Amino acid sequence: MSPYLLPGLPAPAPSPDGLDRPFWDGLKSEELHLQRCNACRKFQWGAEWCCHRCYSFDLGYDPVLAEGVLFSHQRIWHPVHPALANQGPYVVALVELPHADNVRIVGNLLGDPMQPLVIGAPVRAVFEHHSDAEPNYTLLQWTLI
Amino acid sequence: MVGIGETPYYKWGQSPDAEFALALKAVLAACENAGISPKQIDGFSSYSNDRSEASRLAAALGINDLRLAVMQWGGGGGGAAAAVANAAAAIASGQAECVIVLRALAQGQYGRFGQGSRARTVSGPGAHTLPFGLMSAAHMFAMRVNRFMHDHGVHQEALRAVALASYAHAQNNPRALMYGRPLDESAYDASRWIVEPFHLFDCCQENDGAAAMVLVAAERAKDFPHPGCYILGAVSGSHHRAGASVHNDPSYATSCFDTVAPRLFDMAKITPGDVDVLQSYENFTGGVVMAMVEHGFCTPAQVNDFFTVENLIAIGGRLPINTSGGNLAEAYMHGLGLTIEAVRQVWGQSTNQVKEVDVSLMIAGPMVTPVSSCVFGSEATV
Repeated sequence: MSPYLLPGLPAPAPSPDGLDRPFWDGLKSEELHLQRCNACRKFQWGAEWCCHRCYSFDLGYDPVLAEGVLFSHQRIWHPVHPALANQGPYVVALVELPHADNVRIVGNLLGDPMQPLVIGAPVRAVFEHHSDAEPNYTLLQWTLI
Repeated sequence: MVGIGETPYYKWGQSPDAEFALALKAVLAACENAGISPKQIDGFSSYSNDRSEASRLAAALGINDLRLAVMQWGGGGGGAAAAVANAAAAIASGQAECVIVLRALAQGQYGRFGQGSRARTVSGPGAHTLPFGLMSAAHMFAMRVNRFMHDHGVHQEALRAVALASYAHAQNNPRALMYGRPLDESAYDASRWIVEPFHLFDCCQENDGAAAMVLVAAERAKDFPHPGCYILGAVSGSHHRAGASVHNDPSYATSCFDTVAPRLFDMAKITPGDVDVLQSYENFTGGVVMAMVEHGFCTPAQVNDFFTVENLIAIGGRLPINTSGGNLAEAYMHGLGLTIEAVRQVWGQSTNQVKEVDVSLMIAGPMVTPVSSCVFGSEATV
């Protein structure tokens, strides 16, 4: 599968402080790992050093089902980066995960960029491997179910 | 508020002056407007990590006794009223007597807000958005607006009305970059998408310039040349976890004023119906609609009926907005141009003057965190 967007955009790297490293490592093995409080067992995202509910610093990562619903979306037309000059329109999706305390994740919605964009539509993950990148990484993308 | 000063406004990259020179010129213009010597300044208040630092300004202007140097954290243009609030609080608590509220911004010199990062790699919160082409301010906010429009059945025409009102006002304002460049419905409809739901004309400009204001204690107002313009209220902040990264703000389909705006009206002891004229920061028109709803000017269900050009223009409008042309059509001075216009309306000096203005409200930076808003009142309100 070729990447959704043309090459040349900034490549993601785990945060140097390690805060989101399990997320990025999990994607490489096609698993979605999200931060979860070991005290109150609630998920939270983006990653933080303490639980915003119970203030525990005992946080870990747990795998979750990589499916969700389209919470919002945007079809982008104007290129703001040289890599996108010949891209044409593309879709960014905001996906909510009801089974993980409604955390949200940003990705692209794969497929025809002119497809109808329906809030609430169920989506599932597609793991987009950038194996040739140095260092390599995997992006979490989404497609309608 | 006893003095205002602005440099000429330029399209990004066209300022003949460096950013710090623009800052100095705006401060000196504000002092001249207030009829004071720059030596009388004893404080500076700004926002968005303004590069024109208070100590450098104080040195350049030969100020004898710097007593205040305050910066509102974060929030981009969301600080354009908070900087007023912070200056007023400092004066009220005796920390300073004569404070400059300032924003200087040369996007040509330091980089355009509308362009994406050229970094090869990214880590932290940006790693979860930039690789997907979510890279600009427009991209940061479009999904909030789409969700709001979906939840409340808001039509594109509501956004269009904001743009048309701003452009109509700019046609009477020689300072405006879009002076002499009117916009009509068909030109708006035919304009290209930047990101849905924002057409080109829903987006603010990218400019070079600087703006400054002079603030003193209310009891000294009569010693200055302008009519009285008093701060009736000024607040900032945001709701529960508004700053949760990767678009995890729980109250996503808002402009972050849902908890802030009620505090403003309580502090100012006014209601939305008391407001004679409104300056509502347009980073993007959708944010204007959301911020005005959260300030109680209409309900979400009333948006499609309320947001018409007729309702929003200075002559005969139910609630005139952005009477200088605002960020869309005057210039994007990170909102401080709108704060200045709110003062001008109280002084009776706008190029689109609304009749008998006693209460003039300004909303800064919808959809960021923290946001802020403030209310200016005439002599009759105090």
